[in-house]
Amino acid sequence: MRNVLHFKRLDEASGDTVELTFEGEPVTARAGETVAAALLAAGHISGRQTPVSGSPRGPYCMMGACFDCLVEIDGEANRQGCMTQVRDGMVVRRMTGARDVDRGSAA
Amino acid sequence: MSERFDVAIIGAGPAGLAAAGVLGQAGCSVTLLDEQAEPGGQIYRGIGSASGPRKSVLGADYAAGASLLPSLAHDSVTHIAGATVWEVTPERDIYYSQAGKASGLKAEHVLVATGATERPMPFPGWTLPGVMTAGAGQILLKTAGMLPPSPCVLAGSGPLLFLIAAQYLAAGFKIDAIVETTPRGNLAKALPHLPGALLNNKYLRKGLAMLASLRKAGIPHYKASTSLVAEGDGQVEALKFTSGGKPHRLACASLLIHNGVVPNVQISRSLNLDHAWDSLQHCWHPVTDASGATSLAGFRVAGDGGGIAGAEAAAHGGRLAALAILEDLGKITGGERQARSSDDSAALKWHGRARPFLDALYAPAREFLEPADSTIVCRCEEVTAGKIREFVDLGCLGPNQAKSFGRAGMGPCQGRYCGLTVSSVIAAKLGKEMDEVGYYRIRPPLKPITLRELASMDLDDDADERPAA
Repeated sequence: MRNVLHFKRLDEASGDTVELTFEGEPVTARAGETVAAALLAAGHISGRQTPVSGSPRGPYCMMGACFDCLVEIDGEANRQGCMTQVRDGMVVRRMTGARDVDRGSAA
Repeated sequence: MSERFDVAIIGAGPAGLAAAGVLGQAGCSVTLLDEQAEPGGQIYRGIGSASGPRKSVLGADYAAGASLLPSLAHDSVTHIAGATVWEVTPERDIYYSQAGKASGLKAEHVLVATGATERPMPFPGWTLPGVMTAGAGQILLKTAGMLPPSPCVLAGSGPLLFLIAAQYLAAGFKIDAIVETTPRGNLAKALPHLPGALLNNKYLRKGLAMLASLRKAGIPHYKASTSLVAEGDGQVEALKFTSGGKPHRLACASLLIHNGVVPNVQISRSLNLDHAWDSLQHCWHPVTDASGATSLAGFRVAGDGGGIAGAEAAAHGGRLAALAILEDLGKITGGERQARSSDDSAALKWHGRARPFLDALYAPAREFLEPADSTIVCRCEEVTAGKIREFVDLGCLGPNQAKSFGRAGMGPCQGRYCGLTVSSVIAAKLGKEMDEVGYYRIRPPLKPITLRELASMDLDDDADERPAA
């Protein structure tokens, strides 16, 4: 198992914390952060595997343009992690390969 | 069918905010649509909420962005944050989604101020998790005060690469190396533009000061680097490259890459506005006059979306476009517009003086414009440069045909990170100019939307317009 490498918060960054989960694991984030930033800080550098080859991808542009930070958020697939702010109780899941038509996104 | 405004501005970066200030002061009804949660654009991301220490890390040029925020205080200016614009019609109907709900509005005038994106920098391994744009690193610093994991290597070319290294230093974080890919011959090509750049040496002085601080900190700086390959099993672990005639391999847990910025042309392309190829900036930009007027009446473009000139120039450009709109709306006379435009026109010209030198100095290296066959160019559909060349051998004449040949540009990013590369690979293979090969045709929706969002659109007013049965 490789080392967990995570983004570090500067000490000055303080504020209210928000609890979410990624693949069932608890993640503590700061209010106002995006899901992509929170996952990077928790050491989850990749949030999906591509539909084409199954290769791992993680946040690349952090500005809503590249779609490599896609994750499933609260049952909805293909959400841009870098464009979605964290919320208490959010359930974030990895996306693996192509989307399953039968499952779709939970309402 | 929907709410009407005098002016719709798309993008709350320096150009959009400055324009909103001028229009709001004149009492025009303005809606400012922006995709992010906070105004500022990418250059001033998080400017309204950044703490004092974070501003001092990011520097005075960043902190100055706060002076644009009072633009939003005008009563007639509505800032719609978190709004993703997915269609703009030639009739100036604008459709967008916000918090999962789609809406539409109509405007007399549209100002597209959607800024820049990073120029694609394809090389083997650039899709590995842990490889991010330098801009992404900077956004994490601006919005979340976050620093990347060590060892951290910065690779590529352009002022932003040195800026983020200097900002990290100011935050007490020393990156492990800069692997600069600026080709050796660029300096000679840039020198003829130096006299012009010396007339505005603000950027030069800032650049030299940054380089000096990085040297003083002892950060290794590999110059004229070529043959970049990112390696790693599931995430980036090392960068291989050649510099000074020798092969190098640097271990890294994060690799931030940068290859300059280019105008974000998704909206202007979707409207089929006239675009021109800029061989010095190596990108397309919509054709505009000094007030941002495009080839389609009612549409203006301001800021980096019209051609790369930087944040300060963007604010001046935004004001010039707003003044022209005020004249079009009959709120001021031509004479008043001219008088009020002179300062911004002069400032815009002054900022432009430094550009040709910087553009020539940081012209992108050939290996990223025409990558090796095995390199993925379309990240979404995982199409390699070799595949694009095969398509050409089979008769593919341009980027739009490349879509049918092998789905290049058809993933969720809609060509944002492959369009320029696909065009340049095809142009090189055919021995044609970029202008002859052209660019992807961009169609709505400009960003993927769900059917549920589409169905959520309030169409009641449309029903009223239907003739009675």
